[in-house]
Amino acid sequence: MRYALLARLPDGGEEPPSGGPDRPEVTGGVRLRPAVDATTVRVRDGEVLLADGPFAPSGEDLAAIALVDAEDLDEAIALAAGHPYACDGGSVEVRPVWE
Amino acid sequence: MSATEDVAAAVAAAFREEWGQVVATLIRVTGDWDLAEECAQDAFTQALDRWRRDGVPRRPGAWLTTTARNRALDVLRRRAVGAARLREAAVLARDEQPYDPEYDRDDSGVRDDRLRLIFTCCHPALPVEARVALTLRTLAGLTTPEIARAFLVPEATMAQRLVRAKRKIRNAGIPYRVPPAHLLPERTTGVLGVVYLLFNEGYAATSGAELVRAGLCAEAVRLARLLARLMPDEPETLGLLALLLLHDARRHTRVDAAGDLVTLEDQDRSAWDRAEIDEGTALVETVLRRGRPGPYQIQAAIAACHANAATADDTDWADIAALYGALLRFVPSAVVRLNRAVAVGMSEGPDAGLALVAEVERDGELADYHLLPATRADLLRRAGRTAEAAAAYERALELVRNDAERRFLRRRLAQCRPG
Repeated sequence: MRYALLARLPDGGEEPPSGGPDRPEVTGGVRLRPAVDATTVRVRDGEVLLADGPFAPSGEDLAAIALVDAEDLDEAIALAAGHPYACDGGSVEVRPVWE
Repeated sequence: MSATEDVAAAVAAAFREEWGQVVATLIRVTGDWDLAEECAQDAFTQALDRWRRDGVPRRPGAWLTTTARNRALDVLRRRAVGAARLREAAVLARDEQPYDPEYDRDDSGVRDDRLRLIFTCCHPALPVEARVALTLRTLAGLTTPEIARAFLVPEATMAQRLVRAKRKIRNAGIPYRVPPAHLLPERTTGVLGVVYLLFNEGYAATSGAELVRAGLCAEAVRLARLLARLMPDEPETLGLLALLLLHDARRHTRVDAAGDLVTLEDQDRSAWDRAEIDEGTALVETVLRRGRPGPYQIQAAIAACHANAATADDTDWADIAALYGALLRFVPSAVVRLNRAVAVGMSEGPDAGLALVAEVERDGELADYHLLPATRADLLRRAGRTAEAAAAYERALELVRNDAERRFLRRRLAQCRPG
């Protein structure tokens, strides 16, 4: 079995010290920048809609995680808009990661 | 005027003209928004002193940009940031010209740093309030307390809003550039929308306590002028400038001394700003001849119809009704349909207008919008159906939120009741 560990911290925006337990079972992971730096992308009727911050209406569930490399936010938004969930009545949150 | 006053006036004028350019260039050079603002501020402070001693330079903008850039270079050197940044800044520092078209060229072919700045400030990933605030702070040079007062929020709230926006630009990787061709039309619409919103914030100011907000109109006109100059091939930039000029020309007459709203019909036309009307009218006529109409151009054409009518009775309502019809193709909203209903009511008679108002009512979209019953009331009043008009004014009064508009509706209601 493979599992995803979704770790949470109180709001604050400080760079978190580490991204996960230092164990051989951990196969990868990133540290997310705070929610205030997020942009949510939805595609409705072919139009790309952006919202500042995380957009989580009730009835939506975190369903997948993808890591992408992009030149800037515009490129990341374009990639998010091409995500199947963005058009499927869902949304894709673009969250920068600490590097 | 003394020499000291001359210099102070020259610095103040340079601030109005050059602040945005200095900050915009410094952001490109340093990639650091706070440093850019600090160094620009510092350059203007130095100017007061140095210009008094050495005289006002021939090109104040060049002097300010060079001074700010040198200061930034010092700070960066002290911070010993990455060598690449420093090299870039050093190359610029050697330039004789503060503004080198070759250097400034990017993929978009647009060369002015202020355009990069406004497109970044108005990026759709930022909240709308932050876009407006950031544009006013960085491009127009308003201080944080000034912006806070204009938007009626505590200074700390506004400061926080600006800090957050700048942090998001940095942390989320919002690019400092004019968007590439495939994004440009949509993003340009966004930028124009911010300037329009800014104007409306000021335009809605109705009382003495809100007079500071009226300054926003002047800032919006200034920004629209800048955009029209920087993007002259985009007809909507000219359309927006024309629209703002034509509205601004009537701004002082739309509220009376008591702070009460004066309708277009009752405004003192001799007090309208003729220069602004002439400039706006000429602009919209020229730009419409390009044959690429858009919502701002059409709204400007409507405003020009009103502004150029010698009396309210001379208004060409048939023309205005046709223009609202054209506007509907771009903005198919209930509010535009309601405005068209007014124009049709004025040109073809109240009954024709009431029929169109009834259509909008059937859609239900504007059920809570006070101007819907207010419009119906006005058409009923003109048709002489005063009892029905009174009922519609009462309905509008239940929905209205703005005090000046409430007083206006009460006065109308009183006129409809038998004395």
